[in-house]
Amino acid sequence: MTAAPATRTTYREAIRTALQEALASDPRVFLMGEDVGCYGGTYAASKGLLEQFGPERVRDAPLSELAFTGAGVGAALGGMRPIVEIMTVNFSLLALDQILNNAATLRHMSGGQVSVPLVIRMATGAGRQVAAQHSHSLEGWYAHIPGIRVVAPATIEDARWMLAAALRELDPVLIFEHATLYGMEGDLPPGPGRVELDRAAVRRPGTEVSLVTYGGMLGRTLEAADRLAGEGVSAEVVDLRTLRPLDDATIMGSVRKTHRAVIVDEGWRTGSLSAEIMARIMEQAFYELDAPVARVCSAEVPIPYPRHLEEAAVPQADAIATAARSLVKLRG
Amino acid sequence: MTAELDRDEAVGLLRSMLSIRRLEEKSAELYSAGKIRGFLHLYIGEEAVAAGAIRALTPDDAVVATYREHGHALVRGMPVRAIMAEMYGKATGCSRGRGGSMHLFDAALRLYGGNAIVGGGLPVAVGLALADKLQGRPRVTACFFGDGATAEGVFQESLNLAALWQLPVLFACENNLYAMGTALHRAQAQTDLCLKARAQGVPAEVVEGMDVLAVARATDDAVAAIRGGGGPRFLEYRTYRFRAHSMYDPELYRTKAEVEQWRKRDPIPAFSDSLKRDGLLTDADVQRIEAGIAAELDDAIRFAEESPWEPAENLLTDVYSPRPA
Repeated sequence: MTAAPATRTTYREAIRTALQEALASDPRVFLMGEDVGCYGGTYAASKGLLEQFGPERVRDAPLSELAFTGAGVGAALGGMRPIVEIMTVNFSLLALDQILNNAATLRHMSGGQVSVPLVIRMATGAGRQVAAQHSHSLEGWYAHIPGIRVVAPATIEDARWMLAAALRELDPVLIFEHATLYGMEGDLPPGPGRVELDRAAVRRPGTEVSLVTYGGMLGRTLEAADRLAGEGVSAEVVDLRTLRPLDDATIMGSVRKTHRAVIVDEGWRTGSLSAEIMARIMEQAFYELDAPVARVCSAEVPIPYPRHLEEAAVPQADAIATAARSLVKLRG
Repeated sequence: MTAELDRDEAVGLLRSMLSIRRLEEKSAELYSAGKIRGFLHLYIGEEAVAAGAIRALTPDDAVVATYREHGHALVRGMPVRAIMAEMYGKATGCSRGRGGSMHLFDAALRLYGGNAIVGGGLPVAVGLALADKLQGRPRVTACFFGDGATAEGVFQESLNLAALWQLPVLFACENNLYAMGTALHRAQAQTDLCLKARAQGVPAEVVEGMDVLAVARATDDAVAAIRGGGGPRFLEYRTYRFRAHSMYDPELYRTKAEVEQWRKRDPIPAFSDSLKRDGLLTDADVQRIEAGIAAELDDAIRFAEESPWEPAENLLTDVYSPRPA
């Protein structure tokens, strides 16, 4: 018996298929956000869904991020399984009150009487020359908040299957889709697939240094690992997949094997997710380390428009490889 | 005035208002005694609104309220014991003591808080109503908020959504003239709150909020219109808070004379007197009602006093739900 062939597809199409499947399989699911319907989704991730499912379930919302996110909270309380699309993380700041003060809080504050099974999707990240107000990477901020899950699909397979896993949760799940990934092509193994949240994945095994990353930085981290391999340095690449809760076991498992770690995070360095991961490695695997943990983050600057400055601001494969190389040089 | 209500209904309204008043007075005492901590916002003076409005709802309807919500919870049917124990922070409180005075929840009563971010409940109410509409349930969601919330951007956003999608929401604005210590006219260029609602396509009307019958009548009509598929309604209940904003408020922003003027319009004696005039109520009835309320409060305080604290080992319980299989 031969296995069914993988399908050639894109990250965008994988998300669209996941949305289509979610709407088709559960009448409680509906999609709500700016330009998700007539426009087909800002990143065309919901193209054709309005025609298939109608305007009640593919619901164009006005430019009212705070209200439609709060309406998602209310609809979840009312027994629905809303998928709220916030166009980009930059605009999610307008909805932060509802995400933090209600979605993340209501279950505990009500003594466990209510839960908020709400999925919020948003694009994140820099790399398209759209300047500071459209280039933030704030998923690390959201990962600070107890009561929610934060996931960042970096592969086509995760883009295809993480949504269904998120919809199985009873608590809010924020899905961060890196804006540069929508056009990424790749092979999707035949379904139905079932991925777990809360688990990191080793995307490339290695023995001398762990490169820990997620989302839009996975591609260039793998590129850095390739270069290092050409120089005889064996790097392991860990894709966090879920930023809250962090999968400590997989991170520490990798560090115990390689004894060196570089964290690659598109967020700003100060008070970042990278800082959290470094702290955890120090708490849990300090005596395994052969070198100080290093990190490559975005420069502490609003992301500028011109390509050369944007590239200078965001982690690149060169900088990742350099950081890894410097740690491995410390080997005795 | 009272002819349209039967005696039981009329006495029920009076009892609701008195229950709230006595609960709030007792809460203030317990606050001074250090039994209730944190923030405590009393509803004294505004009782006619919750008492008159919430009776218009069915058990299937939903209520979203603010941090000044003891009265709403009580009228909705939350046992005084659960309210009192919550204010004490005890494990037997409605929210297991996690929320306190500002966060009274009861999923069975479809009371969704107790929201202490001004305006924070508005879009949640819109979403609850959206869920009902999508599932074809003839329910209404009543969202209580103050005049202060109408200055928040989310007020405009939420009313627009409800009107755009013709959702069954009653926007119940309790205009007590002050957003904490800032008078409405000092905070908002447009002080006609109904105009703000109408600007978003929501039919709106002013209600005499110190008159429990006027509140009941207007709310009945609005809820009937909403339930009939007429989309959202906005009611501006004109009311007044007799006590400070919270227990820390020295009330520098208003005069004693102003408060005294409003106290003359206290909704409880006004209604009680009219019931007596109409022969629906005797002094003996009032004594019996008061005795019943006092006994219930004593019992609730005893219950709260004797209730256990939530064990600290349970601190993290309910941050997340149990994982699905």
